[in-house]
Amino acid sequence: MRREYKTIREVVGPLMLVEGVSDVKYDELVEIEQADGEIRLGKVLEINKDKALVQLFESSHGLKISTAKARFRGHGAQLSVSRDMLGRIFDGMGNPIDGGPEIIPEKKMDINGTPINPAARDFPAEFIQTGISAIDGLNTLVRGQKLPIFSGSGLPHAQVATQIARQSKVLGDDETFAVVFVAIGITFEEADFFISDFKRTGAIDRAVLFINLADDPAVERISTPRMGITCAEYLAYELGMQVLVIMTDITNYAEALREVSAARREIPGRRGYPGYLYTDLASMYERAGKIKGNKGSITQIPILSMPEDDITHPIPDLTGYITEGQIILSRELNRKGLTPPINVLPSLSRLKDKGIGAGRTREDHSDTMNQLFAAYARGKEAKELAVILGDAALSETDKVYAEFSDRFEELYVSQGYETNRSIEETLDLGWELLSIFPENELKRVRQEFIDKYLKEKSD
Amino acid sequence: MAEKLTNEKISTGTIVKVAGPLITASGMGESQMYDVVRVSDKHLVGEIIELRGDVASVQVYEDTSGIGPGEPVFTTGEPLSVELGPGIMGMIFDGIQRPLSSIYEIEGDRISRGVEVPSLDRKKVWNFNPTAKIGDLLSGGDIIGTVEETPAVIHKIMVPIGEEGVLEWLHSGEATVEQPIARIILPDGSKKELNMIQKWPVRKGRPYIEKFAPDEPMLTGQRSIDALFPIAKGGVGAIPGPFGSGKTVVQQQLAKWADADIVVYIGCGERGNEMTDVLMEFPELKDPRTGTSLMNRTVLIANTSDMPVAAREASIYTGITIAEYFRDMGYKVTVLADSTSRWAEALREMSGRLEEMPGEEGYPAYLSSRISEFYERAGYVKCLSSNGDRMGAISAIGAVSPPGGDTSEPVSQATLRIVKVFWGLSYSLAHARHFPAIDWLQSYSLYKDTLFKWFDQNVDSDWSRLVRTTMSILQEESELEEIVRLVGIDALGRNERLLLECARSLREDFLQQNAYNEVDTYNSSNKQAKMLKTIITWYEKAKAALDADVAFSRISEMSIREPIARMKFVPEDEFDASYNRIMEEMDEEFISMRNEGEEAYA
Repeated sequence: MRREYKTIREVVGPLMLVEGVSDVKYDELVEIEQADGEIRLGKVLEINKDKALVQLFESSHGLKISTAKARFRGHGAQLSVSRDMLGRIFDGMGNPIDGGPEIIPEKKMDINGTPINPAARDFPAEFIQTGISAIDGLNTLVRGQKLPIFSGSGLPHAQVATQIARQSKVLGDDETFAVVFVAIGITFEEADFFISDFKRTGAIDRAVLFINLADDPAVERISTPRMGITCAEYLAYELGMQVLVIMTDITNYAEALREVSAARREIPGRRGYPGYLYTDLASMYERAGKIKGNKGSITQIPILSMPEDDITHPIPDLTGYITEGQIILSRELNRKGLTPPINVLPSLSRLKDKGIGAGRTREDHSDTMNQLFAAYARGKEAKELAVILGDAALSETDKVYAEFSDRFEELYVSQGYETNRSIEETLDLGWELLSIFPENELKRVRQEFIDKYLKEKSD
Repeated sequence: MAEKLTNEKISTGTIVKVAGPLITASGMGESQMYDVVRVSDKHLVGEIIELRGDVASVQVYEDTSGIGPGEPVFTTGEPLSVELGPGIMGMIFDGIQRPLSSIYEIEGDRISRGVEVPSLDRKKVWNFNPTAKIGDLLSGGDIIGTVEETPAVIHKIMVPIGEEGVLEWLHSGEATVEQPIARIILPDGSKKELNMIQKWPVRKGRPYIEKFAPDEPMLTGQRSIDALFPIAKGGVGAIPGPFGSGKTVVQQQLAKWADADIVVYIGCGERGNEMTDVLMEFPELKDPRTGTSLMNRTVLIANTSDMPVAAREASIYTGITIAEYFRDMGYKVTVLADSTSRWAEALREMSGRLEEMPGEEGYPAYLSSRISEFYERAGYVKCLSSNGDRMGAISAIGAVSPPGGDTSEPVSQATLRIVKVFWGLSYSLAHARHFPAIDWLQSYSLYKDTLFKWFDQNVDSDWSRLVRTTMSILQEESELEEIVRLVGIDALGRNERLLLECARSLREDFLQQNAYNEVDTYNSSNKQAKMLKTIITWYEKAKAALDADVAFSRISEMSIREPIARMKFVPEDEFDASYNRIMEEMDEEFISMRNEGEEAYA
């Protein structure tokens, strides 16, 4: 049943008012057909008697209300999904833009998803190897986790993102790994970097890309991540794949949300963002996870640039309250030339303890991780002290720590964007760095591991 | 009364407007404020939150996609209520008390809309053990029998509040919750059968005879809480902190180790995986008091952040009402709400959609009165019954998630005005990996003076002195640290440096507590007292040694300091012996140091 109305009364920014409608439902998909046959999409945001307030997913540019027709589709926004989406590139609304054929849908799925019953969740506990030591070794990512990267303008989060997309794998032979890459409001150059990097390295074969560019309509950005996550849900829960969803940049998403909220004249919360920003972000982030009895999993790495590097800004702040940790890129380390400039001290993976150790990574993982953290923190402190009081103020032990922290940054963190380290290599490198200390400084490592792994080195 | 289960008054209205979780319906003149309604033929659960003429605003506890004007709204004539009876413990419910594990079995891994599953299992058979006597005159709150709900909880079946009569017949043995287990003769001569289910509206506190100021601590086994900032059974506390400061770990530690009979854990707008963590971990953990699984005394209310926002608002009330019911049996109940900020945000969202005049930061003007109403339902009370012989308590602890960690925002401030215990978590402590990151300079407990008396009498007569000394050392440390930052450690005298050493020991060896270490995760009060005593004794003796001209470097390098640092990892059953040994060795080391000194002079 198609219900068409030529009674569009108002278009204000991303909002449109249609009058005289009947039997229209909340959240329903709306097609707006121009006189020349061009179709734009929107959804019902509010329905009051016979007036429907529609939020456009696309720009209202050139929309002529006297001739346009609004067509209510009787269902919410959907994405046509298929196994053939792997290796393809789509725009922010799910249309192919790589010149390839249209997708023949195996299924249509509501892009908003439905909440997962907490009783149905399975606790994330399996290790994902990203090949980046600062993540694998110290802030370990596990399947079903949501671990954002907090970055800032001018920091190389794009390189980190492509490196993760390229290198990530799960240990175990019978698992298929897929990457869903969602670009939200990024520039053409960035998008071009991602696409050509995916193509150059062959990562595209196991990836699905959704690209919304900076000059695409802002309102479209509200749908783009949901398209990506819906595709991920299909790959994970219907096809049993281990899916990694990388979304960049969430800050652009939140701005789009603010734009729509302002157009609706809602009472703004902090910094003009709507009061429901937390709930809205959670409705995306919480779609990460693992479900009991299902082989697949969805792991999310949202990337956001913190305005002015301010971690208390609402976007990183609310994200941090929902996600299970964060990886923080540091401007200071970037200036020092570290690639990737991951500041491991404030970074955190809340689920790492479940994903490491014997049978998952290696038995010595937890102990060496704590020791590296402690040693690096102490080394940094020693270096700060040296800045104030001079090198002479350092004790002999502190000097070793200071040297350690330099070597740690140089060798462990700054591995380059092309180096892919296995978890064994990462752990061994940790031991190599720790071997600078006398054994009695390694208080956080059990003696049996020192005997087994450190001795091996010195022989 | 809540018992009114009559369906005859059902009337029907019509939806005129849908805006997210808020719908407006006309033709609702017959309904009352806060009545539950069923929306559309999908039967979504909603609650009336505003009435204007015959137009009602309804907040819907489920997703409203696909709902539109013209669809029917069915009233039920009942307020939003919970079902109380055997079958609550060990369960996970959503914000309006639908059993999530049963829904999972029936509906699969997603929460579909309009599901109707009774809160309490209707089929499960319980063994009813009668305790009242035939011919007794009973009134609301009187216990007529018991049911072993879990190995840790004896569920006391009470006469529903508002009923009164002479017991004529009492069942014994097996029964489901719906089967009659007693019959009373009402004052008017008619007879009434009672079963094990009671209903109670969530927004109304259950009555009690009298409230008292609490005077007994709720022991948590967490050193920085029990020793420095204790909370009373029946007390109220808040844990504000920015993300990553370990709020949820503290909450979970309390849920695990608090010496409460019942724990109600409300996951309000938080991560789904955290609920899963509790669901998977708690059944494995043993309650140190009963020796059975912790899940036996725990009930979870889960409204994760992806679940409908309106039910978030209800989840807090659902949780506290269940807590009150168990309190009425004479139990000490602990309610943990993580996080009240998400609840307040849900309130703000509904208020915005109702187009109410906003107060501070868009929150409704009634935010602080709602927060107070919630915390005031906690307390130490004489439970309702005809002879008034039971005492029950609810301790309520809410996590607060202030944006950017800045507690000047409205939710934190409204909470601080009402709670008596404030455990402020600090980002800088968490960053330094000092956990639990409870900031000792900022936190407080107003129960301190009362509870110190209890600890002095029941744990160690020295308790209050030790704690006061500890606090003053930590306070002085922060002042000295400022000096050190400006002019360096060399500017301090020996006594000050010793104080810094002692403060460090207090911080690292006492306040830091590893929730993931099986010994360290829980400490008895006895162990806590002796640990403090060891550190303070060391400090006092070290001061005396300094006065006797023992070198500072010698004292700071004493070999006894290592066993002191490891005390927290000594299991409870070996602890007293270990403590005595450490105290002896400490004495010996001090004596030998002094002797060395004297020999050097000689």
